[in-house]
Amino acid sequence: MSVITLQVDGHDVAVPAGSTLLQAIQAAGLSVPTLCHLDGLDPVAACRLCLVEVEGSQRLLPACASEATEGQVIHTDTAQLQGYRRMAVELFFAEGNHVCAFCVANGDCELQDVAVAVGMDHSRFPYQDPQRSVDASHPRFSLDHNRCILCTRCVRVCDQIEGAHVWDVAERGSDCRIVAGLDQPWGEVDACTSCGKCVDVCPTGALFAKENTTAEKHPHPERAHQLRRAREQQQWIR
Amino acid sequence: MVALPPRERSQLRCCGASGCRSAGAGPLLAALRAAAAAGVAGEPSAIAALTTAEPGSGLEVRSVGCLRLCGQGPLVAWDGPEGTRLFGGLPPEGAAALVAQARGLAPIPLQAEPALAGHRLDLEQPFFRLQRPLVLEGCGIVDPERIEEAIAHGGYAQLRRVLQELSPEQVREQVRRSGLRGRGGGGYPTGLKWDTVALQPPGRRYVVCNADEGDPGAFMDRSVLEGDPHRLLEGMAIAAYAVGADHGYVYVRAEYPLAIERLRLALQQARHQGLLGQGIAGSSFNLELEVRVGAGAYVCGEETALLHSIQGQRGTPRSRPPYPAQAGLWGAPTLINNVETLAAVPVILRQGGDWYAAIGSDKSRGTKVFSLSGAIRHTGLVEVPMGTSLRTVVEIMGGGDPDGGAVKAVQTGGPSGGCIPAALLDTPVDFESLLALGSMMGSGGMVVIGQGTAMPEVARHFMAFSVNESCGKCVPCRAGTVQLLALLDRCVERRATAADLEALEALCAMVKATSLCGLGQAAPNPVLSTLRHFRQEYGAVPGAGP
Repeated sequence: MSVITLQVDGHDVAVPAGSTLLQAIQAAGLSVPTLCHLDGLDPVAACRLCLVEVEGSQRLLPACASEATEGQVIHTDTAQLQGYRRMAVELFFAEGNHVCAFCVANGDCELQDVAVAVGMDHSRFPYQDPQRSVDASHPRFSLDHNRCILCTRCVRVCDQIEGAHVWDVAERGSDCRIVAGLDQPWGEVDACTSCGKCVDVCPTGALFAKENTTAEKHPHPERAHQLRRAREQQQWIR
Repeated sequence: MVALPPRERSQLRCCGASGCRSAGAGPLLAALRAAAAAGVAGEPSAIAALTTAEPGSGLEVRSVGCLRLCGQGPLVAWDGPEGTRLFGGLPPEGAAALVAQARGLAPIPLQAEPALAGHRLDLEQPFFRLQRPLVLEGCGIVDPERIEEAIAHGGYAQLRRVLQELSPEQVREQVRRSGLRGRGGGGYPTGLKWDTVALQPPGRRYVVCNADEGDPGAFMDRSVLEGDPHRLLEGMAIAAYAVGADHGYVYVRAEYPLAIERLRLALQQARHQGLLGQGIAGSSFNLELEVRVGAGAYVCGEETALLHSIQGQRGTPRSRPPYPAQAGLWGAPTLINNVETLAAVPVILRQGGDWYAAIGSDKSRGTKVFSLSGAIRHTGLVEVPMGTSLRTVVEIMGGGDPDGGAVKAVQTGGPSGGCIPAALLDTPVDFESLLALGSMMGSGGMVVIGQGTAMPEVARHFMAFSVNESCGKCVPCRAGTVQLLALLDRCVERRATAADLEALEALCAMVKATSLCGLGQAAPNPVLSTLRHFRQEYGAVPGAGP
């Protein structure tokens, strides 16, 4: 296995060729915030939180979807990046209806964690207060569009791991929303196996089990990675 | 080309492109044909038929592509022994008079004909005289629905020659030497792109033509598709040969029904003539081309979104690399070029790359087609050498403001471009100069802005466009443009505070730097360029609330 070396925030690090910048950052013992990325799912580079600076390049690169190359010098936490990340988190909060106080995911929410990590104590952008709906037609789970950040983890886990492709995205721009089946009530979609993987990987309280009330959702985003590793590398132990 | 050399036997060319059609070219063409068939002043049609059959006295009425001065449509060109005369805005009732003149049977001289008075257009004016038609060399001359005319005008000659005489590498050599750069807006060196695709490991390759021309005020590619589709097909076939592709797609926006119809017809005719399909022109080269029609999404002009759309998926962009040249359609190396880029290829091979490179400016070679619209006297299509100044295009060729006022600014590059103030009109039109001014070449739409228009409104107009056309995949574009639009509302309503302007600039920088694809990255450009050149119009209100 060939190895490449690069520098992350001043730390030299060696990673297997083919690794992503995110893996290189993690190998250096550092981290960048992520929301759409999830180990075990194909990257989509949509949340833009993991953008990093690469010396010699004017463009910022999404760490989750960029391959590390030999000799790269990466900066993950510059003042510019901090500013952009905070704005991105503010945009997420302002475009949806995120009310932590009575959310099922309060205390175990990746959006909340990211807001804390970037120091977002309020949004400088006015809240859009969109009119969004809740789909409670499934016998076991619910989808609250108010809390959806369109990371598409549910879409990908259902397609790439469960193989059912129940979820997809409809409309465009700020009208985008997750749809089940052919834009049907979730409970009417025969393809759904009720496996709950979408609920496990949802970073917010958008997808949740019906028995959960405020602060009772405890998701398992690691399962996507465990399942993929088990299938592809036959490693069945956690 | 509009003006043709004098010819013994007269003909009428009636523009059949979308612009003139909407101005009434359909009824006019029918009236001209009826008059030509029936003769004039009640002359029996049998005699007329006899006359038509006689050499020198017959009159052919042909439907052709864009005759350039779209704003004066419907346009008709009369080519005769005196050269070409152009008429604009002729109603069908004037058809008989024009046919009589063209057949030399009119009782009164042309100058005295009341039905034609006021419709004659000056072909010596700079709008026509300063054009340098290369991409558009057949547009307005050939009937786009007849492959025989395209072939008679030199169409497919370079494809035949290339297949017989040149290796793919030799073709790419000519394109490299030409200095041609992508006409879709990015300006990426075409030869380099072709090489990148050609030099990928062996296997299947695709060639794709991006005809999803979506910028407001842009109609260059439509004019090529509607006016000379065979030139594009020839360019595509040469490109496919040069990179080793045997399959390709033309991705056209659904809003171009006439272009789609003519393109499909052209493909059918080319297949029938053995110029597409298996064993093209007797060689061992095979190429299948298909038309794919968009579904109304601007973002599908972005190359990775376009590829998803061709594959039948949701039209959203993806992160690059890998670039389509490495991994495109169904993972295979894919060459994507814009209509105008591919349509420039036949002339480059005919005249040689060096010949082409001698036209234009240092880093931007050849010619560029622009569509002029907005507050301008001459709305239409121009093809000029790169490096021509904006002033020449807008004021000399375009005739400036229709009311005689001063031009305020020129918007280039659509929602991804910016506004260039009148004071900088001497800027040469090339990729680098426009970028340096905070605008961009874009695909070639030029919208002229008059004194009566407020620049924050222009910026808001384009931001509203970006809000509507964002695919929603990445947050800066999906949610950032919405917030930018709200801030621009405050600017237009003149209640923006200094803090609002600061927020506007900071968010513009963020959306530009962090968006996933070109649509989001360029969405702030209309704001940034108008802030740069017209900041006083945004004037923060000192006393306005927070």
